[in-house]
Amino acid sequence: MNCLLLAAAPFAPVDQDYLFEARQMQALSFAVHIPLVCFGIAFPAFVLLLEGLWLRTGDPIYRTIAKRWSKVMLALFAVGVVTGTILSFELGLLWPNFMATFGDVFGLGFTLEAFSFFLEAIFIAIYVYGWDRLSPRAHFLSGIPVVVAGFTGSLMVLTVNAWMNSPGGFTLVDGRVSDVRPLEALFGNDYLWHELIHMYLAGYLVAGFLTASVYAWGWLRGRRGRYERIALVVPLTIAALAAPVQIVVGDWAARSVAREQPTKLAAFEGLYETEAGAPVHLGGWYDGDEIRYGIPLPRLLSLLSFHDPSARVEGLEEAPADERLPVNVVRIAFQTMVGIGFVLAGISAFYVFVWLRRKRLPHSIWFYRAVVAAGPLSVVALIAGWVTTEVGRQPWVVYGHMRTEEAVTGATGIPVGYASLVLVYAGLLAAIVWILRRLACAPVEIQPGPSGVAPLAAGAARPDAEDPR
Amino acid sequence: MTLAEAPLVLMLVGLAAYAVLGGADFGAAFWQLGARGERGAQLREHAYQAMGPVWEANHVWLVFVLVICWTAYPEAFASIFSTLTVPLFVAALGIVLRGTAYAVHAGTAREIERRAVDGVFSISSILTPFALGTAVGAIASGRVPVGNARGDLVTSWLNPTSLAVGVLAVATGTYLAAVYLAGDGARAGRADLAAAFRRRALGAGVSTGAIALIALVIVRLDGGRVGERLLEWPALAAVAVSAIAGLVTLELVRRSRFETARYCSSAAVASIVVGWALAQRPELLPNLTVDEAAAGRPTMIATVVGIAIGAAILVPSLALLFRLVLRGRFDAADADEEPTREQRRSSGRSRTWALALGAGSLGLGLTLVFDDGLGLAVGVVALLGFVALGAVALVGEIAKADVAGTTEQPP
Repeated sequence: MNCLLLAAAPFAPVDQDYLFEARQMQALSFAVHIPLVCFGIAFPAFVLLLEGLWLRTGDPIYRTIAKRWSKVMLALFAVGVVTGTILSFELGLLWPNFMATFGDVFGLGFTLEAFSFFLEAIFIAIYVYGWDRLSPRAHFLSGIPVVVAGFTGSLMVLTVNAWMNSPGGFTLVDGRVSDVRPLEALFGNDYLWHELIHMYLAGYLVAGFLTASVYAWGWLRGRRGRYERIALVVPLTIAALAAPVQIVVGDWAARSVAREQPTKLAAFEGLYETEAGAPVHLGGWYDGDEIRYGIPLPRLLSLLSFHDPSARVEGLEEAPADERLPVNVVRIAFQTMVGIGFVLAGISAFYVFVWLRRKRLPHSIWFYRAVVAAGPLSVVALIAGWVTTEVGRQPWVVYGHMRTEEAVTGATGIPVGYASLVLVYAGLLAAIVWILRRLACAPVEIQPGPSGVAPLAAGAARPDAEDPR
Repeated sequence: MTLAEAPLVLMLVGLAAYAVLGGADFGAAFWQLGARGERGAQLREHAYQAMGPVWEANHVWLVFVLVICWTAYPEAFASIFSTLTVPLFVAALGIVLRGTAYAVHAGTAREIERRAVDGVFSISSILTPFALGTAVGAIASGRVPVGNARGDLVTSWLNPTSLAVGVLAVATGTYLAAVYLAGDGARAGRADLAAAFRRRALGAGVSTGAIALIALVIVRLDGGRVGERLLEWPALAAVAVSAIAGLVTLELVRRSRFETARYCSSAAVASIVVGWALAQRPELLPNLTVDEAAAGRPTMIATVVGIAIGAAILVPSLALLFRLVLRGRFDAADADEEPTREQRRSSGRSRTWALALGAGSLGLGLTLVFDDGLGLAVGVVALLGFVALGAVALVGEIAKADVAGTTEQPP
């Protein structure tokens, strides 16, 4: 269109002294937002499952937990809404050239996401404010769009991230985009699906283990009533089922990276020279051309990347020197994510195994300690995963087409903005911790039905019990 | 309306909705600012309750405007956000502070906590619309050139027009909020609250009208194109509609006809947005018409179609939410008895677990073997099926086990 008449000049690359700070600012905003996204994805499903159990069994304790959790869900959603808004502002504030050049290629993904966001906001309000005011059936149904919107929202946002990693659906002529095919760019992308499923499951893992970890902590301190026990096993069971699946999905993701972004894959391992039958090193340090002090596992990289122990794997040497990425950051993040993934799967397998064989929860105190640790660990894995994919894409913002330094704003004052954001987010985190503790201190009141046969073990739900949520 | 303008019209709908609904949310916090003592506590609680179910949805309108802008008019978006870095960043921080304060206000117990949280909430609720208003003023007065941060980072938004629009944005919000809260009070049967906000609505209505007139003069004197054209056809029609709707609202409020006043005051504010758009047409930014700014045809079509499909789901959902709210279904006094259900014992682990295991094995095999295509897709869906079915099968069983007493107490 007429945009061709405008010279490329208005959005030509600029000198920005604080590119690194701009990247840190974006990364910080993202790191604060993404754990909240996990709760947006998975927590509504936990709450609905509990409400479903109430509808099926008539046991009021499920309803009590669901109702209390739904308040947590709304508070976290509210914070997720505003931290998500910051991210969308920052796209324009920090990366105007990226938006000006490619907004019309990937923007549709965000436009569709806005509708998911709308639906989630509408139905989460109906759900949370509708307790006691809608019929039980209508209330349960009003929660379903929240779960669905959690999925479609992830889908739409990840179409954009997948496109940044594996861009298509446009032609670039002299730095200007033409022949834009937005649907192909967003949905005709092999990269989308593994990112989507990997992230969606991560939402269940993080929300599940983090919630379980709170109740496991209470368990260790003697809070083992019926309320606490159900609140522990529901998120833990869901996360335990998702954890092993996440490993299989991760394997799929790594194979796709091997095909589409060989440099990123080489950085996962720190493989400098292209070789057939490439090994994996556990731990150690990449010193510029090899891994020092790592434990080598021969042929494993070829096996994992291509399911063939003697497959040829491209090394970092294949990429031009100015297109190499910070290998150690990517590699350590990747190994952290994978390592934690296996630990979580191990805890999960133990838990499910004990249940299936013995019909009871594990006795070992170490199991509950491990669950306490699993919550924070899952968040670390989540962030490490995003570091892997985002730093692994460097120096590109649009892989192979636009470098990050070409995208950045020409405005001054980035350090000031960064410092204010740090302060505001420090306050935000303090506020979240405070509100969660405060919500948790509200006494648990289980109102049994008139049938009066609520099988509450005496002392199981102490009205004064300090429940951790 | 051309294809190049269609997304812009949708953006303006979103912007008007945000100015009205989001503005009222911001304004409600303004009324909390001065409220003291026992009576003040009631006013504050009333304002929070009125906002409760709708503020997240109201806020999404802003995101809606942004995403259409960067999809359909990417260069305009990039120019605006890079030049107006300061007010937009302030607005973003204000939004975070406000949302956080809202999320935590329910947990406040002691007076000092409550004051701190309410203070942050009210101040950010004034700061945010003011900052967004200055940004609108910058665009309206032609101070945002095309390019990466090509405009002056300070004077682009610190100028007469920007300040006037910023103040107007705060004022319209307080005005709308007073009208809405009077209506909410009347609906909830709280005559005292209705009367309190009726007085505030009348006062705010008169002052907002005066501010709007002054702003019109300032914008005119500031010398931009928009200032001139606001008083010409067709923008003048919108300005006139706004003025008339404002006057009618005053009379409706005086007669305590709050529900009609709710719509009339909204029309008064929405008309200002329309008037601005008509005055600025056809230029989005200086030397950048809407046609020039528009993305390529496929993107524009996809955007419009996407929004049409989205709207087909969104509009009934929004209608449902507002109907529930405006009919008072979510009001505190309305709570029914705690519903109870007959206790039932369901059968033990059913075939669901077997089904889950089947799906899991199928998914594992297919996902490991296939790199792409249908085999992989089926495999992944089967894996997700394993998680979902497994959760349904196991969660109920493990949770229920307590009832049956089969779970031993750990030592």
